[in-house]
Amino acid sequence: MASDAPAAAPSQGEEGAAPRDRSDGAADDRRRARRSRRYRLDVKWSPYAFVAPFFVFFLAFGLFPLLYTGWASLHRVELTAPTDMEWVGLRNFSRLLEDEFFWNALKNTVTIGLISTVPQLLIALGIAHLLNYRLRGSMFFRVAALTPYATSVAAATLVFVLLFGRDYGMINWALGLVGIDNIDWQNGEWTSQLAVSTIVIWRWTGYNALIYLAAMQAIPNDLYESAALDGASRLQQFIHVTVPSLRHTILFTCVVSTIGATQLFGEPLLFNGSAGATGGADHQFQTLGLYLYEQGWVNLHLGRASAIAWSMFLILLVIGAVNWLLARLLSKGA
Amino acid sequence: MTTLLSAKRAKGRAGRAGDTGRTGGAGGARGAKRAGRQLHGGRITYAVLIVFTVGSLFPLVWTAVAASRNSSRLAQTPPPFWFGSNLFKNLEIAWTDANMGTALLNTTIVAGSIAAGTVLFSTLAGFAFAKLRFRFKNLLLLLVIGTMMVPPQLSVVPLYMLIAELSWTDQLQSVILPTLVSAFGVFFMRQYLIEALPTELIEAARVDGASSWRVVWHVVLPAARPAMAVLGMLTFVMAWNDFFWPIIALTQNGNPTVQVALTGLGRGYIPDQSVIMAGALLGTLPLLIAFVVFGKHIVGGIMQGAVKG
Repeated sequence: MASDAPAAAPSQGEEGAAPRDRSDGAADDRRRARRSRRYRLDVKWSPYAFVAPFFVFFLAFGLFPLLYTGWASLHRVELTAPTDMEWVGLRNFSRLLEDEFFWNALKNTVTIGLISTVPQLLIALGIAHLLNYRLRGSMFFRVAALTPYATSVAAATLVFVLLFGRDYGMINWALGLVGIDNIDWQNGEWTSQLAVSTIVIWRWTGYNALIYLAAMQAIPNDLYESAALDGASRLQQFIHVTVPSLRHTILFTCVVSTIGATQLFGEPLLFNGSAGATGGADHQFQTLGLYLYEQGWVNLHLGRASAIAWSMFLILLVIGAVNWLLARLLSKGA
Repeated sequence: MTTLLSAKRAKGRAGRAGDTGRTGGAGGARGAKRAGRQLHGGRITYAVLIVFTVGSLFPLVWTAVAASRNSSRLAQTPPPFWFGSNLFKNLEIAWTDANMGTALLNTTIVAGSIAAGTVLFSTLAGFAFAKLRFRFKNLLLLLVIGTMMVPPQLSVVPLYMLIAELSWTDQLQSVILPTLVSAFGVFFMRQYLIEALPTELIEAARVDGASSWRVVWHVVLPAARPAMAVLGMLTFVMAWNDFFWPIIALTQNGNPTVQVALTGLGRGYIPDQSVIMAGALLGTLPLLIAFVVFGKHIVGGIMQGAVKG
């Protein structure tokens, strides 16, 4: 081992090392030994140095807060005196179970999640299919599809609040042209959730379309050729070749969108205008993320906010497990 | 002498490897395109795509239209479809009343620092995970991937307590530090470097006696440059638009980022709708300009991350 290592040091035959006199061979050996020891230490420890920054920051700002949230959820903590913690056991959680606003927020999160994710992914799939044709200006279409992704939640929501305005909003004006009366988007239960979902759909459809497009470009052409030989129409090819080939990508986007939907926060906060974190006058579009914020930073109950955070995490774990089961069933079915 | 020479050689080779990596990637994409369908889009394809594009761009264009009007014009039907003459007046009001100048500067600092930190740390860690051998490597990599699943809501309460304890409320480091590393970045760089960085290149540099840090400087960084650029852009966009944590850690009238300042606008501290739109425009414009300039690369980066992620 040790005799192999000095190969790392410059060896004979190369300029500089070769013309050396034999007399300082001992010093040379010592230097070589030192160098090889340093080399071995370097090889052994520098990988840890390279990954260390990530883990230092992750421990400080990721893992520690995660565990501490669990700890805080078992206490009564107020925002005004965050160090003053009083042990209450599982009471924060048991109160959540009886809290109608928690269940309301959970229900809204699921509904808004469904009516934003499902159309979003379906449209993205269709658009990706079209972008996969040979097109003039295809890069323009791709960049344009991605621009909403560059728009912040805040900017997007503020524009859509105006577009969805009851009296002068452009959407109601356009609906008026086809004879539909003004809709009060903000105050209706369904309508407000639909409006909030529209913002989500607008921001993320293009992003998902590009992900699908990338996966579509990896599908081998023979699959389409043999399908065409079997007399499959373009639509049949799409359903029987494209979609099954994208199974993993579709599952991936489902997981990512579900995580995103569970955390929905900025859209319902700002869609409410100046009314704050209630998610509408009747809490009709208050999501779990928004409820957490209201409990913690409006009502100042950090302990309860922590309990909501952990509930969200548990819900995500359940969804993850369901996704995993579905994935297994799907791959078995294929 | 030899080390210097060979380092130079390695660097040259790394540069070339980076190039071939890039063209290889593009070639791969082209190859993949050949694998995918080559049918020309018909009229319906163009029609649907144009409708979709209009839908994607219209709210942004209309933000500018609304920002160039005044609020009484916005309270009329039909709504305005073309630009008015109040744009600069509204931008000025938004700039001064909503702290937009400070906000834009702050956001630039925050997003720039986060992008730089993420790119640097992700490249180092990605290189270690892609090419080096060490104990617990797979376990640690699994941990990195696992952290991608943890929602940010889970950390806000203790993070807030922490910055309150340190009296960091309203200071930019409270927003920068918690997001300075990203699991996605580590994973992204690892996937890229596995292919783009030939292992022989590292071994050659090693044989010439280069230390690990020299290898990083002369071999890894040149090879990783294209992916670093993409990761930097994606991180910058994400950090610029980040919302949940900044609005907890910063205040609208103290030291806001653009998103926090916009929240103040939307919540009616300034009731004028056209001024709100001017603020929204100010907060979006820098990224839109970046999209016009770098859009192709950002699209490429997202598509690449998608296939490999």
